[in-house]
This record gives sequence, C-alpha cells and structure tokens, in this order.
Amino acid sequence: MQMNLDRREVLATAAAGAALIALPLAAAAQDGETVKTVDELIAEFTGGADAVEGDGVTIGAPEIAENGNTVPISVDAPGASEILVLAPGNPTPPVARFQFGALAGSQAASTRIRLAQTQDIVAVAKLADGSFVRSSANVKVTIGGCGG
Amino acid sequence: MADNVKPRVRVPKTAAKDEVITIKTLISHLMESGQRKDKDGQVIPRSIINRFTATFNGETVIDVQMEPAISTNPYFEFEARIPDAGEFVFTWYDDDGSVYEDKQTIELA
Repeated sequence: MQMNLDRREVLATAAAGAALIALPLAAAAQDGETVKTVDELIAEFTGGADAVEGDGVTIGAPEIAENGNTVPISVDAPGASEILVLAPGNPTPPVARFQFGALAGSQAASTRIRLAQTQDIVAVAKLADGSFVRSSANVKVTIGGCGG
Repeated sequence: MADNVKPRVRVPKTAAKDEVITIKTLISHLMESGQRKDKDGQVIPRSIINRFTATFNGETVIDVQMEPAISTNPYFEFEARIPDAGEFVFTWYDDDGSVYEDKQTIELA
C-alpha cells in the first residue's frame, strides 16, 4: 500500500515536470525573430493610427473548433474598405487581408483558416471615414492545425 | 503545385439590376504552410495561393491577400452587387507563379 502511494506521487511529479518543460517550448516557437508581432502588423495596416476596440467590425467564429486545420470564420465591417485578420497564437500571425471594391455587395467575407492553438483571433477594419476599429474573438482549439 | 488545381465557383445565372448576390468559391490546393516537416525532419517549403481576386466587368468586388494560415482548398464566400449583365473573373495567384482563372457570365433577370 505504502509502495503504491509513492509510485503515484512519483508519476504525478513527473507529469507536472513534463508540463513545465513543454510550456517554454510552445512560447519559444512563437517568438521567431523574423515574425512580426501583432502590434507591428496592426501598426503597418493602420499606418500608425490607433485602432479602437469597437462594434464597427465583427468576427464570426466557433467558440470551440475541434480541428484547427479548418476553422470557419467570417468578418463583417459595414462600409469598410479593408479588413485585416490575424491569429496571434499561430507561428506566423497574418491570416488574410480583404479589400472590398466598388462592386462588393457587402463588406463581409467568410473563409476557413488554420489555428495552431486556442487563441483570440483579431480583426482590424479600415472604415469609410478612414478610422480603424478592431475586435477579437476567442476560439478554443482541440487539435492544432500547423502539422509537426 | 500547378497540377490538380481546380477552381469551383458558384454564381447565380441571373440577377435583377443592382441585386446583391452571394458568391462561393473553392479551389483545390494543398496550401503548404512552410511550417510542416517531412519524416526526415526537413521543413517542407511554403507553397500557397497568396492572392485571390474577383472582378465584375473589370471592376473589383474583392481582393484578398492570403497567408499560410488559410486552410487547404481555400474557400471564400462574399457578396457582389450586379449593376448590369456581364462577366465575373475570378483569379488565384500561386506562389510558384501560376495563375488560375475562372469566368462566369450573369444575365439580368
């Protein structure tokens, strides 16, 4: 009996240790030197202007995505000329940049994207008056979508 | 990657003047992200479609800059306003320089 308890403790400690080791590795994978940060990408898109959190742009995304390889999302920003979509938790955050032309029936689009892990995806829209709004949506990913 | 690439587009055949219609596009493409490794541990080089455009009678409907985070077999759904009868041109641009095109005509109902 005493022996069994010891073994459990050992196993539990080992599992905790493995989890601790895994964490910095996951973080390091995102910090590639050539990868631009989300803030840099947004600043590039807005030309340095502030993007305020607001209702001008909405993201449609599932709360839980079982398969990170193909997550259906939609973005909608009435009157916008451009929408930038970023996935900050991916190895490279840029996802897509939509530009809407004169014959766009709405400033909205749907597509399917890859998400490496659970994260808040970000959309930034350039509105008709030239200002920028941003919004985010949390997606929980069960199986990551970046291969290995 | 230029083989087995097949665009599929769904556009109504007719529309009323100034009607807003929904367009769905899909193109078969691996969209190799450049993040994956083969069984020898070598990184598989990126090979994706990096841009998609839709125009109607030469005017832009949508122009999308695509990154490796777009899924295999890229799918887009969006809306277009139809000012007149005419022709849609859908164009996909591949990293390898290939350009894939699909055209659809639409009549006024």
